[in-house]
Amino acid sequence: MDNAVYLSVENVNLAFGGTQALIDVSFNVSEGELLAIIGPNGAGKTSMLNCINSFYRPDKGRIIFKGHDLTRLSSHRVAPLGIARTFQNIALYTGMSVLENLMAARHVHMNHGMIAGALYFGRAQKEEVENRIVVEEIIDFLEIEHIRKAIVGALPYGLRKRVELGRALALEPKLLLLDEPMAGMNLEEKEDMARFILDIHELQGTTILLIEHDMGLVMDIAERVIVLDFGLKIAEGTPDEIKNNPTVIQAYLGEEFGASPPDVVSQ
Amino acid sequence: MNWVLVPQAVVTGILNGGVIGLIALGVVMIYKSSEIFNFSQGHLLTLGVFLTWWFAGAKETGDELFNLPLVFAVLAAFIIAALIGFIIERVALRPMAGQPLLSIILMTLGLAQLLEGVINLTFGVQPRSNFPAPFPATESFKIPFSLAFNETIFLRKTLVATFIVAMLGTALLILFFRFTRTGLAMRATAEDHELARSIGISVPRVFGLSWAIAGIVAAAGGVLLAMQIGASPTLSTVVLVAFPAILLGGLESLPGAIIGGIAVGLAQGLVGASSLVVIRNSAAIAPYVLLLIIMFIRPEGLFGQKRIERI
Amino acid sequence: MAVLRPAGDFDRSYQQDMSFLRKPWHWVALFFSIGVVATSPYWGTPTIITTANRIGYWIIAVQGLNILTGYTGQISLGQAAFMLVGGYVSALSVTHLGVSTFLALPIAALGAGLVGLIFGLPSLRVKGFYLAMATLAAQFIIPWMTRYTFTDYLGGSDGIIPAPAPHIGDYVFNEPARYLHITLGALIITTFLAANISRSRLGRAFVAIRDNDLAAELLGVNLFGYKLRAFFIAAMYAGIAGALRAHSDQSIGTELGYDLIESILLLGMLVIGGLGTNLGPFLGASFVILLEEFSGFVGRNVAMMMPAEMTPRLLTSFRPIFFGLMLMIFLIFEPRGLAHRWQLFKAAWRLRPFSH
Repeated sequence: MDNAVYLSVENVNLAFGGTQALIDVSFNVSEGELLAIIGPNGAGKTSMLNCINSFYRPDKGRIIFKGHDLTRLSSHRVAPLGIARTFQNIALYTGMSVLENLMAARHVHMNHGMIAGALYFGRAQKEEVENRIVVEEIIDFLEIEHIRKAIVGALPYGLRKRVELGRALALEPKLLLLDEPMAGMNLEEKEDMARFILDIHELQGTTILLIEHDMGLVMDIAERVIVLDFGLKIAEGTPDEIKNNPTVIQAYLGEEFGASPPDVVSQ
Repeated sequence: MNWVLVPQAVVTGILNGGVIGLIALGVVMIYKSSEIFNFSQGHLLTLGVFLTWWFAGAKETGDELFNLPLVFAVLAAFIIAALIGFIIERVALRPMAGQPLLSIILMTLGLAQLLEGVINLTFGVQPRSNFPAPFPATESFKIPFSLAFNETIFLRKTLVATFIVAMLGTALLILFFRFTRTGLAMRATAEDHELARSIGISVPRVFGLSWAIAGIVAAAGGVLLAMQIGASPTLSTVVLVAFPAILLGGLESLPGAIIGGIAVGLAQGLVGASSLVVIRNSAAIAPYVLLLIIMFIRPEGLFGQKRIERI
Repeated sequence: MAVLRPAGDFDRSYQQDMSFLRKPWHWVALFFSIGVVATSPYWGTPTIITTANRIGYWIIAVQGLNILTGYTGQISLGQAAFMLVGGYVSALSVTHLGVSTFLALPIAALGAGLVGLIFGLPSLRVKGFYLAMATLAAQFIIPWMTRYTFTDYLGGSDGIIPAPAPHIGDYVFNEPARYLHITLGALIITTFLAANISRSRLGRAFVAIRDNDLAAELLGVNLFGYKLRAFFIAAMYAGIAGALRAHSDQSIGTELGYDLIESILLLGMLVIGGLGTNLGPFLGASFVILLEEFSGFVGRNVAMMMPAEMTPRLLTSFRPIFFGLMLMIFLIFEPRGLAHRWQLFKAAWRLRPFSH
């Protein structure tokens, strides 16, 4: 990658009580890259994203994004920098419709305040319509027109995952953090989701940081892979390098399987 | 601050706080097992008081039916209070399983309203000052103490007796939770409903039981309170001071509830010793001011545990 | 349900899709209902007019609570106390500053809003049930302050001071038949504002906090800031409602209500009407106030049939029994309130005769 470093994670340490969730983790993400973080359950992947989101505050280390130290920002100041996020256990606004969920993510792109909104006149109304157009484009892109006005809580799992991706896109992110976007999906849904992620990456050039369990998929779509195990970064490299890295294979399969290829691992 | 009044205020405050703590305990018990905060506890308590008053021979009105000695009247009231607690859980709260916090809070508030109406209807609205007490209200122990007003601290015998009974009741409850099979089942349920179910504990039965016990605890606290200030429908509002006590203790800790209760009693006693009229008048809100202060310093309460938020 | 529309009913622009009154007949229905209420002094009995006036200001208080509890999901047990603040601020502005009552209304809103902000501060540290307890603290501390502090102005332990009836020139709004028009005017404005809040950026931020506060924060909503805004707006609405009520009663004070029971009543209205809907406050406040009238009627009539010593208990017990029971029934059988029923009814009507 020749591109400049976009996000740099430097020596991040995070502990909950006595357990070390992250130990001295460092890595860089370049602009326009699709980077995957993999690792067994409890390896600290989601904690890593939470640190980037400034939802957890690392005990040590810095996370720099476009010159801002994210560890010093309050959580709600991270999104306006252009960092959007989906969650492992879908965290949609269940009482709103799909449309409203996406519009809610436009929050940081809208300016009208309390009084303008209450009067709903002039700028507020204009802004609502402008942002609605952006949101409709995303709805179009994700092929969810038919459920536009459905209440999110009532949608099936696969669609909710897709709506959540839509909500993250509505933020027009520069860096997209995806926490297991394909977990619990069937093959068809997974392929759809992979297609959307690749489209976002290739058509819009969005930098993507992806956490995923499905090794086959990760190896197919990621440009670079980082492996975490018990809070430690144990490997970093292209999918091919990771596939043949003995430490990774050991972490995933244990001592005795040290020689078998990791492709057999799913979930 | 009127310093000569302080020793008396501290002692009375602590003694009062014991009863507040016992009342708080009833709420904590339900919360621990089912995560329901029972706003109708004050009305359960009032109901227990009037039942006792009624069984003991409601002398004033002449419509007594039983004229039982106090101990038996209290026991009879306990049985009915437990039954009412059990029925409330079965009829009103069980259908609310899985509903949002607001619905559950409103359910207990609606229940409080219903109970208030029922109490007004059956027992009337006027206060009854002739609630049976073990000692006449004027009898007190006099303890010489050089720093106190007139160099004596007065301990009303009724107050001391109620404090001792409240503490005994608390000890009994804690022993019950620690050592009996049912108590252990209830603690297991409080930790994790699914897990409790998987080892053969009947979770609905535990919920019903905790409400029944809470009914008894409420009635007991009410009787102790009524021995000091008489039976009245406004008792339900008097016990609103128990709510800050619960949060001070951290909502899930039984000893915390007692200590919260004592803190509240102490706060109320100490504002009474102030030399400023405004502060002397603030006994009813002092617990809430204390609560707001604690919320800013330690939001999880004195004995509560901080939770790590996950997403 | 909300998506169900008759065949052939399409929107031609996003603006049309986002508006509340999409068809000419919506406007006709709106003006017709306003007209019916506005002309009620000419066709209604005194009871109808008084009740309509009362329902009016209760709706406004519930609208405020709806923004805080219904949309933002922050439970408030102190809305009635903020009504008290509004009533006092308005009454004092008129009697001591000599401003017109119509100017006193916005002052009252602002005053109550600022007090609301103060009691919203705990939302920085606590949420859910703990925050509800902080608002319960407001419900006790505010009436206490009106009794024991600034007794020269606030009326002291009686806690009642006069709130003069508003007037325009010689026309004094001193009876419900006249006052109703002020209430109605205020209600139209508050409804317009509340509806717009609910569909704009602010309202979506509120609902986002209610539905998933952590996700909302990570998507750029400043939780504390928006919770405070919700507290501010809710207290402003309560302030207007309280001021309207004070000038309608021509007095204000802690002896006249504004207690915990009324805060519970407001929450009950909101839930019975339908949380987080624009229609809910209207249905809920009307339903509960009418229920109160009904229980008063039942109490008085039963009291006439029973011996005289039963009278006090009969007059005080039917209101809490009916309200408590109704609230419990709604929570168990229709937790989404009358507004949801109305949606179901409309949907069934549109799908008729194939309602399933």
